[in-house]
Amino acid sequence: MSSREKILLAVSQNQPERVLLPDISLFERKATGTVQKFGAALSSIGGKAYYINDLTEIGIIIAGIPAINGRVVNLVDGLPIKNAENIIYHLAAHDLQNVEWAILKANFGVAENGAVWITEDCMGQRVLPFICQHLAVVINQKDIVPAMHEAYELLSRKPYDYGCFIAGPSKTADIEQSLVIGAHGPRSMTVFILLNE
Amino acid sequence: METNGIGDHASLAADFNKDKERVEWHDETLWWIRQKRDKNVHQIPEWEQLREAASQIKLNVLSDLNSYLQQFEANAISNGIKVHWAADAAEHNQIVHQLLKNAGVSQMVKSKSMLTEECGLNEYLAEHGIEVIDSDLGERIVQLAKEAPSHIVLPCIHKKKEEIGDLFHEFLGTPENMADPQVLTEAARGHLREIFLTRRAALTGVNFAIAETGEFVVCTNEGNADMGAHLADLHIASMGIEKLLPERRHLGVFLRLLTRSATGQPITTYSSHFKKPQKGKQIHIILVDNGRSVQLGREDFRNSLKCIRCGACMNTCPVYRRSGGHSYHAVVAGPIGSILSPNLDMKKYADLPFASTLCGSCTNVCPVKIDIHDQLYKWRQVIVKAGYAPATKTATMQVMSKTLSSPALYHLSGKAGRWVLKYIPFAVNNKFNPWYKQRDMPEPPEESFGEWYKKNQTK
Repeated sequence: MSSREKILLAVSQNQPERVLLPDISLFERKATGTVQKFGAALSSIGGKAYYINDLTEIGIIIAGIPAINGRVVNLVDGLPIKNAENIIYHLAAHDLQNVEWAILKANFGVAENGAVWITEDCMGQRVLPFICQHLAVVINQKDIVPAMHEAYELLSRKPYDYGCFIAGPSKTADIEQSLVIGAHGPRSMTVFILLNE
Repeated sequence: METNGIGDHASLAADFNKDKERVEWHDETLWWIRQKRDKNVHQIPEWEQLREAASQIKLNVLSDLNSYLQQFEANAISNGIKVHWAADAAEHNQIVHQLLKNAGVSQMVKSKSMLTEECGLNEYLAEHGIEVIDSDLGERIVQLAKEAPSHIVLPCIHKKKEEIGDLFHEFLGTPENMADPQVLTEAARGHLREIFLTRRAALTGVNFAIAETGEFVVCTNEGNADMGAHLADLHIASMGIEKLLPERRHLGVFLRLLTRSATGQPITTYSSHFKKPQKGKQIHIILVDNGRSVQLGREDFRNSLKCIRCGACMNTCPVYRRSGGHSYHAVVAGPIGSILSPNLDMKKYADLPFASTLCGSCTNVCPVKIDIHDQLYKWRQVIVKAGYAPATKTATMQVMSKTLSSPALYHLSGKAGRWVLKYIPFAVNNKFNPWYKQRDMPEPPEESFGEWYKKNQTK
């Protein structure tokens, strides 16, 4: 007997009588999440939210951030950023190791925890939002859901090969519980929220 | 009782307690995390309903695990993921070794996986000439120190920053006596980035796997699982068979509970959903039993398989906080480890269900409502019946039961106790009395309740 058969047999012999799944629809509120709650949650986990009326404001804000120099990858349609690369799909993942800033479109945000959902098609390469030194994403105000239940309802509408909830910059507290931002991934996380779209 | 050549929980805890300052620090740090958990949890009005829903979903999974496993396998395969089955730790390690051999790889990077600790994977691969580097910062620290993790979420919570500074000075070339967490983390970032960029194989654990879609979810704060997996050609994901959830929308319940319970964050920084491999790359999943199907058949203990490894029961446990994770001499420490470990080896871990005050705090914070303290109590009975009870405990219990079943003996021993405490307190206030450690003996009353009642009843 193969291990597969052995395990499945042992499980079927030992599993108890069937217990029904609970109804979890009661957690879905259907209302849209508030932009204020999202911003507060994001700042509590070390991220920064900017509220903008127009994509062109991003260029101005980013120019004011002293850390922005070096290689920039910008994958947001209609966002003008000087000297940024817009096409990376032809590169090897390792070629992205010196990316300083990556600017992506996120699918939506979650108000209760400040996370954004990003699918692979927005990343250009799966490794990009992890390997860059600083990550910025753009979401529309109307694409903020209250909690994770609504988030799963929304993400089920669009298939993906890989997707990730990203909530703030990479962090660790493994040394004496002192919070350090910038463990292996980005040292900062900025979310630009487009108010009028 | 010597159970394993390194001592039982009580003697290992006594070692840990020699450094009073460290014990205080350990205790306070974990309690601080427990308080962060409370603060975060209290912002969710439906918290108790979420716990109940999570518990019910997991009970459903356990009751229909056979079909969910097959459904997950079929969906994962159709997503282009290779699925392997391992009956025990040895088979799991052989599968990993074979996959690495086929790929011609002799160096692998690994993110946190308690399952691979359970299987002794690093040691096995080292014997076969394959180097494994742990990429979670806490795990890398204990790996450099040649120690095991002492906590499932905070692997080096037992270590002071000065000790970590010494390790990094020796292995990563940081300046001597440098103990600033910011500087040390930056050094580890540089060191591990080099590892991520040069390893062609990466192994990750699995937090949740979805039967309905064949995808699996890995949660980290550091981003180490993603750095490893996306830069490697071969991604191996090891998971216990109990990690399944029926439908993807159930993640909404579990991701709300997991990190709030673990560290008091609203969610981990990264919750990565792996559905299909990247073009030209491979993902392999290993489904591991290693005693889980046996635990499933133990009615009193099967609920322990609901565990999502948040560590909340450790952070709240008064015994764990003051005895340290290593005193449990098991892969998973604390209350949950004390009900999981006897399933793997009842004799070796016979002492663990006794390492508890049964205060029930673990059960109260468990996000999936495992009846941890009840199971600890039940394991004690199973262990005593099987003849594995610690010898001193058996002897004391026999004396107790004789004394309590005879009124004459009971009154005599009460009198004797009061007399000793009053006239020769040094006979009990010494190191031979385990109760006296860290405690004072009580003031003896003048008379027993029985004597007082007899005197006052007639008035």
